[in-house]
Amino acid sequence: MTLWRHTISSRPGYADTLTLWLSRGAAGVAAAVVLFILLFLAAESWPVLRHIPLLHFFTDASWHPGEGMYNLAPMLSGTLYAAAGALLLAAPLGIASSLFILYYAPPGIAHGYLRLVELLAGIPSVVYGFWGLTTLVPLINQVHPPGASVLAGVLILTLMILPTIALTAHAALSAVPGEYIRGAVALGMSRWGLILGVALPAAKTGIAAGITLAAGRAIGETMAVLMVTGNVVQYAGSPFDPVRTLAANIALEMPYAMGDHRAALFVSAFVLMLLVMMLWGLGAGQGESNDG
Amino acid sequence: MRTLPSTQSLLFAAALLLGSGWGQPGHAASQKLVLTGASTIAPLVSEIARRFESRYPGTRIDVQSGGSSRGINDVRNGTAGIGMVSRSLKPEENDLRAHTIAWDGVGVILHASNPVAALSQQQIRDIYTGGIDNWKTVGGKDAPITVVNKADGRSTLELFLNYFKLKNSDIKPHVIIGENSQGIKTVTGNQNAIGYVSIGAAEYEARQGAAIKLLPLDGIAATTMSVRDGTFPLSRPLNLVTRGAPEGLAREFIEFARSVPVHDLVEAHYFVPAGVR
Repeated sequence: MTLWRHTISSRPGYADTLTLWLSRGAAGVAAAVVLFILLFLAAESWPVLRHIPLLHFFTDASWHPGEGMYNLAPMLSGTLYAAAGALLLAAPLGIASSLFILYYAPPGIAHGYLRLVELLAGIPSVVYGFWGLTTLVPLINQVHPPGASVLAGVLILTLMILPTIALTAHAALSAVPGEYIRGAVALGMSRWGLILGVALPAAKTGIAAGITLAAGRAIGETMAVLMVTGNVVQYAGSPFDPVRTLAANIALEMPYAMGDHRAALFVSAFVLMLLVMMLWGLGAGQGESNDG
Repeated sequence: MRTLPSTQSLLFAAALLLGSGWGQPGHAASQKLVLTGASTIAPLVSEIARRFESRYPGTRIDVQSGGSSRGINDVRNGTAGIGMVSRSLKPEENDLRAHTIAWDGVGVILHASNPVAALSQQQIRDIYTGGIDNWKTVGGKDAPITVVNKADGRSTLELFLNYFKLKNSDIKPHVIIGENSQGIKTVTGNQNAIGYVSIGAAEYEARQGAAIKLLPLDGIAATTMSVRDGTFPLSRPLNLVTRGAPEGLAREFIEFARSVPVHDLVEAHYFVPAGVR
């Protein structure tokens, strides 16, 4: 009972105490869930890690779990290629979309366009995947076979994360205080000067958070990617080469995996989780440096 | 069909099985049987199970997919009463007994517009290992071949590798797929692709207008007919496996699954009933 008196200076009422403990409880549950997921992945990976050193997962000849080869590195590279490519395309496009909505489009068009982007965010990933498999992949195949490739994955992921980036950037830019904008206009700044010199710097924390969120989705996306990237375990030499991502690997093989194979898939999940955590760490660091 | 792939859920199912009075004579009101295994067989068996349940009220048949090897494991450790295995039993699995309920064939498929009408065993082996990489070499047009392979652990892959005496690491694939339908979509969308899928599924999709064709193997047409009369070489039995001779509910269910009243279900899934062969 004395604990909260140290943490909160003024004498809190009953409602404050309740809220404090409720929020502590909620935070505790959220932290515990992440911790339990990590523990679970570690426990499920343990049977294979016990007799195969971790280094084998990065130095084996390839990924042929049926023949005792467990190299995850090509899939790690595939995951990063697809996600990074999608971010490179979606970030400028998404930010440009939000600038168009806020500063360039006439009100009617801006409203319609915003609804369209929101709709894009609501389409289930399997629909994107299906469209990719039946339309996009044959199209790329005309240019450079086999069609199922890093490029197809990048394009599908771009479509999927574009709305996330556009909508968070839109929210961040809308939240820029009105007096900044009015001040800039009073100084006689051009529209482009206002965007570049005032709006974007003021909104950059929010925009960066949106990009981090989108990156998380791009790395973890499974079904759509599984349907269009070809799933061949290799280092891609060109955008037209097929690759397999870590998430697709788990979805593709888990239903049929037994014993070491199954545990090795949990190692993939563990690596994927570490990758997302690293990204989160980078995003958090970015946010702090922006605030400071 | 419910798909609960994790061990936890299987243990839970086993706990239900133990707690449900299974094996107590005269307590037929809550008889329960768990089947786990091959995803090829699970949809068919779920339908057979539904018909079985309506014919014998008070019985409960739980069907879960998760691969042939899982079916074998679950029967061995008693988690499941019956395992579903979409291949013949291996010599080291002679502690189990197989009851064939149907046959399935695996056929090589090409895009319908591909002029190649047949490939020899050696040509297919060369295409899959990268020795032949252009359709020109085997009498087609001048275009690079897209090799479609199955993901590790699938029984179709195992059957294909066994028949062509290949190792999975020898294969140089361009696309790796999971389900049959994904394979058919991939070949439909790529005029220069070659893949292999369950003949029943391919025949059905071709009848629905998908732009694919099934290649004959060793001169024998890949049709459900040739699988039925036993002449098609690349075929597999769909088995229900038990530990020792089946008893009680398991025996009744296996007899029912092999009987004439379920042949319409087997055929609806593009398999060939075992009795007919």
